[in-house]
Amino acid sequence: MSQIRPLFKREFLGYFRSPVAYVFLIAFLVISVSLAFSRYGNFFKAGTASLETYFLFFPWLFMFIVPAVGMRLWSEEKRSGTVELLFTLPVTTLEAVLGKFLAGWAFLTLAVLLSFPMALTVAFLGDPDWGIIASTYLGAILMAGAYLGVCALTSALTKNQVISFVLSLAACAMLVFLGLSSFTATLESFLPVGVADVVSNFSFVTHFDAFTKGIIDPKNVAFFLSLIGFTLFLNVVALER
Amino acid sequence: MIEVKGLIKTYGNKRAVDGITFTVKRGEILGFLGPNGAGKSTTMKMITGFIRPDAGTASVGGIDVTVDPVGVKRQLGYLPESAPAYPEMTVEEFLRFIAEIRGFRDTVEKRARVEHVLGLTHLTSVRTQTIETLSKGYKQRVGFAQALIHNPPALVLDEPTDGLDPNQKNEVRTLIRSMAAEKAVILSTHILEEVEAICTRVIIIASGRIVADETPAALRARQPGARLDEIFRILTT
Repeated sequence: MSQIRPLFKREFLGYFRSPVAYVFLIAFLVISVSLAFSRYGNFFKAGTASLETYFLFFPWLFMFIVPAVGMRLWSEEKRSGTVELLFTLPVTTLEAVLGKFLAGWAFLTLAVLLSFPMALTVAFLGDPDWGIIASTYLGAILMAGAYLGVCALTSALTKNQVISFVLSLAACAMLVFLGLSSFTATLESFLPVGVADVVSNFSFVTHFDAFTKGIIDPKNVAFFLSLIGFTLFLNVVALER
Repeated sequence: MIEVKGLIKTYGNKRAVDGITFTVKRGEILGFLGPNGAGKSTTMKMITGFIRPDAGTASVGGIDVTVDPVGVKRQLGYLPESAPAYPEMTVEEFLRFIAEIRGFRDTVEKRARVEHVLGLTHLTSVRTQTIETLSKGYKQRVGFAQALIHNPPALVLDEPTDGLDPNQKNEVRTLIRSMAAEKAVILSTHILEEVEAICTRVIIIASGRIVADETPAALRARQPGARLDEIFRILTT
């Protein structure tokens, strides 16, 4: 497991060796902040000193933005042939998968944490509940990890980054839409209510919502963590096949 | 040092490697020859643990690659075909990463390893350049440096002189020869003079099978007076 560190370091710094990191961070912050201030977010009209309207869009935003981070994880290695170099170095598949995933997750965490001026803004405007803000950040970071797990997996399936991006987007979209009431209603029309309930329980939105209300429910934490574990396990399987 | 026993690999209904067996001792430089698609690279990928053989096995320094692939990878220096490397890293950053993953965590030791291979492969002048800006010859040398950084007892080189100019080829050959005394080396090539120039033994494979396993002199003696490529053509068609 000591091999994870150099892999993590290379991958994480790799984002900053090309313009990818800067383009990503700026785009992410600009889009997320403008959504909050837009008429859909109503940051000011809401009249409360909270980041609820800011984080409201995160499940949707992540749907597009996490695949952009995750698509290169394995596809690029496969296309450029460096995967042969990587897997003839003394590392196990699990170490490689963890090193890369953790680097991507750390990068996404950095992106989420860079939104702290929004928190400072609400602190300046009013008296926000810091507990809720902290739990929301925790939820956003956990959710980013779960998205990334899905994207890392789809990336391991192809050497084409475009295919990887589209597959990731589709998979993430599924995981978001599952929570929408109209979608659940459709499911209920042909599935038993119990089954439809179980299916809609896989939605990121439902699990993330609790965090934005200041509730750190072990069930929700376990959901994101187990989804990460499961996708990473499949990732190892996909690479070893 | 390197022992290969009955390696078999099938892709679809095509048998790429069909029961290859040989051993390479310390001090030997084995030239691995064959037409394109004969199974040279596939065999090398199985020895280095990158792909799993369908049957048979290979061992390096007594460690079986099907049992302990990471153990084998520790013993081996491998230069894959066309020397892949992370293009956005500089030569120095890349070699430091390899050194770290090869277990040189101590800063002083790591720097010493990197300096040593930079000198060995004449890369000092481009150390701060990113790999994507290097010419093919330099890229190949980066691949070489990467394979040598831990001074491995066994080296597997897939077309080490491919794409180099005659001077660089000569340099690489000298380098290989100078290291060969205490290492077991396998190198694949298309160039027949290369085999005569540096190899102590030659294996020719065609359609996944070994058709010749002898010294370069014995290969030449098969048909006295004939050119080597003539002998190669007769053996592989």
